[in-house]
Amino acid sequence: MVGDSESGVIQFENVGLRYGLGPEILRDLTFHIAPRSFQFLSGPSGAGKSSLLRLLFLTLKPTRGLITLFDHDTATLSSDSLAVLRRRIGVVFQDFRLLDHLSTFENVALPLRVIGRREESYYDEVAELLGWVGLGERMWSLPPVLSGGEKQRAAIARAVIARPQLLLADEPTGNVDPQLAQRLLRLFIELNKSGTSVVIATHDIALMDQYDARRLVLHDGHMHVYD
Amino acid sequence: MTVTCMSTTSLAIAVLRKGLARVRRSPHPGRDTRGETSIVPKDSIAANALAAVVAIMTFLAAVTSGGVAMVIGSANEWQSEVAREMTIQVRPIPGRDIEAEVGRAQALARAAPGVVEARTYTREESDRLLEPWLGSGLSLDDLPVPRMIAVKIARGAAVDTAALRRSLARDVVGASLDDHRGGIDRMRRMAKAAIAGGIGIFGLVLAATILSVAFATRGAMASNWTIVEVLHFVGAKEAYIASQFQRHFLGLGLKGGVLGGAAAILGFVLVRSVSDLFVGTAGEAEAAALFGGFSLGFMGYVVVAAEVVLIAAITALTSRQVVIHTLRRID
Repeated sequence: MVGDSESGVIQFENVGLRYGLGPEILRDLTFHIAPRSFQFLSGPSGAGKSSLLRLLFLTLKPTRGLITLFDHDTATLSSDSLAVLRRRIGVVFQDFRLLDHLSTFENVALPLRVIGRREESYYDEVAELLGWVGLGERMWSLPPVLSGGEKQRAAIARAVIARPQLLLADEPTGNVDPQLAQRLLRLFIELNKSGTSVVIATHDIALMDQYDARRLVLHDGHMHVYD
Repeated sequence: MTVTCMSTTSLAIAVLRKGLARVRRSPHPGRDTRGETSIVPKDSIAANALAAVVAIMTFLAAVTSGGVAMVIGSANEWQSEVAREMTIQVRPIPGRDIEAEVGRAQALARAAPGVVEARTYTREESDRLLEPWLGSGLSLDDLPVPRMIAVKIARGAAVDTAALRRSLARDVVGASLDDHRGGIDRMRRMAKAAIAGGIGIFGLVLAATILSVAFATRGAMASNWTIVEVLHFVGAKEAYIASQFQRHFLGLGLKGGVLGGAAAILGFVLVRSVSDLFVGTAGEAEAAALFGGFSLGFMGYVVVAAEVVLIAAITALTSRQVVIHTLRRID
């Protein structure tokens, strides 16, 4: 059973990752993500950002080292316990990964639906969040008719609807214009202020310059932390 | 006419009112009250294609099993029919009254326990039996044509043929008893071979059905991998994801299976109806002798229903297996 108490959200200790018999993509990563913290994750293409994100949202296991998530050693957890831990992490994918046959409302409500809640119990919550991200009028639209920015906001709403303790966002401003990028950044800052730890993976220097936050920079498989 | 128009209009208004009331009751304007959309899309091209594959394979499996059931039924019928008959042959012996010998043989046969009928073929009937070989219009009076007695045995009874054979040898000159044992043995072997062949073919068709359905399910699942991944990332447990797909694919399997099974049963009913049109003709008699009736029988329907359930279960279990495999791959 996964408990609630934690001293840190994520702790990496000497973590290394390689695919098959290839070279190590990530080497000796040691860092932690504190509760209610905000950080940007950046680095050149091929530096291992995507692999690190996959380690963070538990879809990859390290080849060495220790990853502690909410005070649990992830290597020792069963798949069901990992699923319960994932509910405390919100993920925004670069390609949104919205389900095209579900309405915007249903896509956003998915994390609540999979834990067995009935629609009547979460309708107001989801409607309010959709209104907050500016999708109140598009609640029953299907993703294929949404614009890139609307899809991005729907993906963010889905990531935060279950009030996660950690939000991981992969290039969340990659498909939107600078104005919307600024709006989304404000949204992440608001979320952080309400208690969520935020990790934003981005190449966008201008975006990082807009907010003074911790930076995790990957280079050649090594991490450099700028507090 | 006016009454009809009024009632049609009233009905239309009632339907509209009901629809409006339903929309008003809905907590979500812009959406009807059908409830949550299924997580796995219901009417995709892949799903319809899978239902079609399941329907076709169930049809083939049902036709094969129905055919095998008919062969088994006919083979059993041949055996029991032939086993319930014996023939006594009385050869004419110079100086003996053949009619008296035939009468004694018939009496002995009727007296044997288990015999329900012993009918003597008349002289004319015996001559007609030779017509296919000797042609018609010939006088056979001078030929020593043997006389035949057809003996029928009660269903389930066993006649002591050795005792009857001894009685005939003792009391009737020129008589011999043929219990068709050699023919029955050959027929039994033939029937067993037909049944084994039928079961073998049925096994192959069933294996092909299982493999086709399993591969078609995997194909249909390929378009749903994104759904599996998204559910995984939002924290759904393995059992929850697997159950969503299993339920959906069980429905698809049942839909296809019922269509295929119903088409096969309809086919059997149609062939039976067509064959009934030819009752009494020589062709129908030959076909009936060879294949029996074109009827599935109770067990045939049970087998078709079992095939539908089996194929639907295979579809559901394959989808579950693919989901679990996909989740393991993600992890």
